[in-house]
Amino acid sequence: MPEVGEVCEKVRSKNAGPFWLTIDIFCGSERAFARLSAGLSTKRVAEALGTDPKAIRRFDIKDLNVIKISLPRPVVQGHPGDRDMHGAAWASVVAELVVD
Amino acid sequence: MTRILVPSGALGLDYDKTALERGISMTPDLIAIDGGSTDSGPSYLGCGVSKYARSSTKVEWKGLIEAARIAGCPLVIGTAGTCGTDGMVDWLVDITRECLEELGWTARVATLKSGQDPLEVSQRFASGQVSALDGAPELDRKTIEDCTNIVALAGAEQIQQAIETEAEIIIAGRTTDTATIAALPLMRDEHAGGAWHGAKIAECGALCATNPQSGVLMVEFDTAGFTVHPLADDARATPQTVLAHMLYENSDPFILHEPGGHLDVTGATYEALDEVRVRVEGSRWVASDRYTVKLEGARVAGCQTLLMATIRDPRYVENAQAWIRDIGHRHAAKVEGRMGLAPEAWRCDLRLVGIDSTLGKLETRPGSPTEIGVLCTITAANQDTANEIGKLMNPYLLHHPLTSEEEQPTFSFPFSPAEIDRGPVHEFCLHHVMTLSDPMDAFRLDVINA
Repeated sequence: MPEVGEVCEKVRSKNAGPFWLTIDIFCGSERAFARLSAGLSTKRVAEALGTDPKAIRRFDIKDLNVIKISLPRPVVQGHPGDRDMHGAAWASVVAELVVD
Repeated sequence: MTRILVPSGALGLDYDKTALERGISMTPDLIAIDGGSTDSGPSYLGCGVSKYARSSTKVEWKGLIEAARIAGCPLVIGTAGTCGTDGMVDWLVDITRECLEELGWTARVATLKSGQDPLEVSQRFASGQVSALDGAPELDRKTIEDCTNIVALAGAEQIQQAIETEAEIIIAGRTTDTATIAALPLMRDEHAGGAWHGAKIAECGALCATNPQSGVLMVEFDTAGFTVHPLADDARATPQTVLAHMLYENSDPFILHEPGGHLDVTGATYEALDEVRVRVEGSRWVASDRYTVKLEGARVAGCQTLLMATIRDPRYVENAQAWIRDIGHRHAAKVEGRMGLAPEAWRCDLRLVGIDSTLGKLETRPGSPTEIGVLCTITAANQDTANEIGKLMNPYLLHHPLTSEEEQPTFSFPFSPAEIDRGPVHEFCLHHVMTLSDPMDAFRLDVINA
């Protein structure tokens, strides 16, 4: 089975303010969107990100062929335990998940 | 129609001069630029300093002062100096004076200050006027009072007051990203949903178009919606690029909260007018009962000392995780034994650069590199303590053996002294809104001749 990053065009992660992270999966086509919308569960994403699935806000945006996943930052931005000030690397965690 | 020219996503990121000239020739009604963000972390707000170099800020700001004079329209900056504290407004006023002096000009300058007295915010918190947003940390009065800086995010109303002074240059402290762009269209009764939506699309300059680095963007607001027009030679807006910008650094792509209400773009339509411009209609502004402004605050979370070592010996590279785990235990025992410091009074983060330093436990692909950087970050109540804990770490990073039988190894240090004092580190502690009875309650507007 392919990884998310092999099916979509690009995965981007950013801070949405200091207390939230947001991950945008740009699918690039209706086909890829349908594949990922069905084949990437919120539960799997939550497990990979080490967070509670209930904390995740997910938007499957058909018009854009984008799946957007937002979650409270597990470590607040800039806390001594924060490893990634701009939230840049969370995209890789999602991109490397295997699609069901 | 109201035309707002946005030169770039932030002052300090530079803009395309040819595109800016094109924008000026299109007779903008206002030039708006953003000066900041929380995106680079709490230190800028905590210390009240700019992320961007003063030299870049000055060169670009001077160019915009000249552009606004030629266009004959006001120039507005929101969130001056990255964090938008009162000190950063003064910093940009000083830069403005230098620019004007070099140009041989004078100008009427309005300043809008957003800084909040922590004691006053604490009192408002106690009387129930401060409420938590989703994902906010625990808050008490002491935390608020410990903040080195608190700012409130001004909305369109405060910027409108500044515009009404008829100042040529408006330097605002912390504002929402959109307020400086939405203010004038709203004053002129353009479509309210369109004003906020267009402002959100334009707040990062040409990031909503192809060639996002080109910066310059014109947004034309009218009573039905708005039109996005990127101005660099090779920049094009498409319905896709414009729509996609609602995703950017936004936890909800359809709803955007602002002082006095929220924007809802679920019903918006995006239409390509030609190869460059996109027309947007159908966005909705929903006014709220209460007028609230968001607060940002940062306090000192301790002081840090860093150590950095690199390991190249293949056996140590292979066993690096076990090696730092052992070091962590031994060092913690030594800190307790030699300094009598309780474990909760300090922390030490040992991270392996090249293995999993970015993601930690979430890493599923730890590498097998040739060398590894060992980054040790020590956080304690004050600098002397952090440095002392660092000195207790130093011998381990230099000489600690994997087994007691082997000859004493030595690892590579790139610096002497090995301990690098970082000074105070800050943490964000507010993700809250404050209710105001009047939008100007928490803000101060002044006009000076510079």
